[in-house]
Amino acid sequence: MTTAGAELTLRHPVERFTLDNGLRVVLAPDRSVPVVAVSVFYDVGMRNEPEGRTGFAHLFEHMMFQGSANVPKMEHARLVQAAGGTFNGSTHQDYTNYFEALPAEALERALFLEADRMAAPAITEENLRNQIDVVKEEIRVNVLNRPYGAFPWLQLPQIAFDSFANTHDGYGSFVDLESSTVDDATDFFSRYYAPGNAVLCIGGDLDVAETERLIQRWFGPVAARPVQPIPATGEPLPTEVRTAVVEDALAPAPALAIGWRVPDPIGDFDSYLGTVLLAEVLSEGDASRLERRLVHDDRIAIAQSSYVGLFGDPFDVRDATLLTTQVHHPAAVPVDRVRAAVNEEILRVATDGVGADELGRVQARTEAQLLRQADSVLGRTLGFAAAELVHGRAELAGELAARLAAVTPDQVRDAARGLDPDTAAVLELRATGGRR
Amino acid sequence: MTATLDYSLVPPLGEPRPQPVPEAHETTLPNGLRVVVVPRPGVPLIELRLRVPFAARTALAAGEHTARGAVLSGAVLLGTGAHDQAGIAELLQSHGAELSISTDPDRLLFATTMLPGGLGPVLGLLAELLTDATYPDGPVEGERDRVAERIAIARSQPGVIARTALAARRYGDHPYAIQLPDDHLVMAVDGDALRHLHRERVLPAGSSLVLVGDLDPRAVTDVVASALAPWSATGHAVEAPPAPEVRPPGIDIVDRPGAVQSNLRLGGPAPGRTDPALPAVRLANMIFGGYFSSRLVENIRERRGYTYSPRSSVDHQAAGSSFLVEADVATEVTGPALLETWYELGRMALTPVTDAELDGARRYILGSMALSTATHAGLASTLSALIGAGLPAEWLAEHQRALAAVTVEEVQDVSRRYLAAEALTAVIVGDAARIAEPLGALAPVSVAEDQETA
Repeated sequence: MTTAGAELTLRHPVERFTLDNGLRVVLAPDRSVPVVAVSVFYDVGMRNEPEGRTGFAHLFEHMMFQGSANVPKMEHARLVQAAGGTFNGSTHQDYTNYFEALPAEALERALFLEADRMAAPAITEENLRNQIDVVKEEIRVNVLNRPYGAFPWLQLPQIAFDSFANTHDGYGSFVDLESSTVDDATDFFSRYYAPGNAVLCIGGDLDVAETERLIQRWFGPVAARPVQPIPATGEPLPTEVRTAVVEDALAPAPALAIGWRVPDPIGDFDSYLGTVLLAEVLSEGDASRLERRLVHDDRIAIAQSSYVGLFGDPFDVRDATLLTTQVHHPAAVPVDRVRAAVNEEILRVATDGVGADELGRVQARTEAQLLRQADSVLGRTLGFAAAELVHGRAELAGELAARLAAVTPDQVRDAARGLDPDTAAVLELRATGGRR
Repeated sequence: MTATLDYSLVPPLGEPRPQPVPEAHETTLPNGLRVVVVPRPGVPLIELRLRVPFAARTALAAGEHTARGAVLSGAVLLGTGAHDQAGIAELLQSHGAELSISTDPDRLLFATTMLPGGLGPVLGLLAELLTDATYPDGPVEGERDRVAERIAIARSQPGVIARTALAARRYGDHPYAIQLPDDHLVMAVDGDALRHLHRERVLPAGSSLVLVGDLDPRAVTDVVASALAPWSATGHAVEAPPAPEVRPPGIDIVDRPGAVQSNLRLGGPAPGRTDPALPAVRLANMIFGGYFSSRLVENIRERRGYTYSPRSSVDHQAAGSSFLVEADVATEVTGPALLETWYELGRMALTPVTDAELDGARRYILGSMALSTATHAGLASTLSALIGAGLPAEWLAEHQRALAAVTVEEVQDVSRRYLAAEALTAVIVGDAARIAEPLGALAPVSVAEDQETA
């Protein structure tokens, strides 16, 4: 089961170069299907937004779809979709990305569109007011008008961390969003959207020499700007338990989230890999430790999951980050009982370790999931881009299956020893408005 | 920034490269199971989909059937004669697999990915589950209790409340009216009920198995035939009875006091997969609200900022297809948002779309079909849905040719029939105290309490 990881690396050679304006370019050709994916990753995320401007990285992502120097509003979408392609963008903790998946013959069109908005997005008062309204509706759909909307991704970091970068609401307060100005947006663009602060990654059905020529043509003219060094977002390890209770008037049943600080995802990668597999040992599927204990044996949970990274991707985040265990449980089950059972299961891994057979099964499943993600040209391209931006090596995305397959039972045991119940952040959600 | 696009600046599209055509090898086994194997190089994974017809026999039986199906889909993994629950989970996991089992009003679906070496063992386990699932009484009770809790959580989601209310209003006493089973029916499920349901309804005749991967079709078909030969239960698959639309007039409001948004839902009939009107309706749907470049998105999102993700879609069920419109809008603009939505529907029905709109929609559908079938998983799911509907894999290519031939006039004709506001049932979930009065200016309004908060 370790061969496929090596195969994956070999099947997708990575080419890279840097333009004079500082834009880093990664090409991952694979001509098996006539599809190409184009992505631009800017090195600015929710953690980098200034105080008083919560939610600005995400709001600015919306502004990048409002047209640019040579592209009127709505035409970005039309030019991609009428070529048979799909597009989107997303804001993460440490980066913001923009991407298209298209028939291979539309490659140059996508390069034109990305270069045009890298040079000059249409930041106008009218577009900004419109997108503030749209973002507020997005927050209402995903957070305010639904049960468990902020749980735990907006609420747990507030107690798990100390710095503004790590604790603030990355979706943004309505006060901050509404007071945003065109000048704020122009400053943000100038500071963070320089070509030298971005990675352009293209995967799929492409010819390397021809694509390099097209990239020079469209991105070469984008003017270089100074790039600010990225402020480190790591912070000291916690030394005590932090707890909080939130009330959810829309939720019918309570929930619990426990977050533990984990090793530096970049600086301590080998330890971190043990933590990533620990999360899988704990919660992936019916064979996992917490599914068996909480759901099937003790019957004290409705559903459980454990994951590393705020949004569940362990390989696209920098320090500081968490392993989060999230449990939905019946109202009749006391939260302390759930918490004690979780801690006991982690202690069992920390004390007795995991068997090679159990870890082998988990590694097989993890490999299948990575392969599945890599089967899509877009999924693979986004993986290469995130690895280049966050880890400085696109190749890492192709090597992950093999790296995870090499993790030993001892590494997983050591990772469990790091999940100390006495330094965890514990968030309890109380269902206050439901039927019971 | 410019107001109009100068096309001379935009790089032209190159010559399209040929799309690979999936090669589907179909066999019917002696037990009646249709087996479709699609050889496809690429990642070293195999995707499996087993689709079993699972409709309720009658409207009267639909509540209980839905409740039992909801529990069965989790409980089938609780044990077989040869493996306990942990043994099943470990065997699957060791081959990179995780079997997801789900029901909808038409079918029971077993789906997984797996590493290539897992095909034999996973098929062997699948045969065990199909012929020898034990539904042990104690664990079934645990699963039943969890299903009841999960349904309660689902019913607290406004999107689920809206979907449930629209289905109930459109389908009256047809089984499709029931989206989620009632709590008391779930709590009445036990091991005996599941064993009976499984014996009666989990049958090879009418079922279909799709496998996609780097496979030798003949050898793999032999492996399947041998592994699933013990699945020999006899009986006829049950398909849902025809689903007539009720089409009640006016707007139904489901009251959710204090809601900061309203969930606007419109739904009506659409042509099925073999209806010659389908290609034109799919294109009309795209132009109206089926993708970002649509009129609805441009109007109520990009011009007015009423909503984040307005959309429309064409959805197929065995006994009836649907045209659906959805928008979650700020409470204070609920009336204007419905007005603009109706305006855009009326515009589709009464005035022609432009050639550019039609060409854009056509290229998008063709391109996104190519993208969605470019992965093993996407191709397996697409083919499973087609074959489950009784259609051959060649339907994909035929449908693409039909899309290419649709004219502006045909789009307008089908829009007048299927996209007219008059043809659509309207449900809005929101704060009745704030939205009922303005909506009453557009159409007669009736208000129902949300059952869950009542």
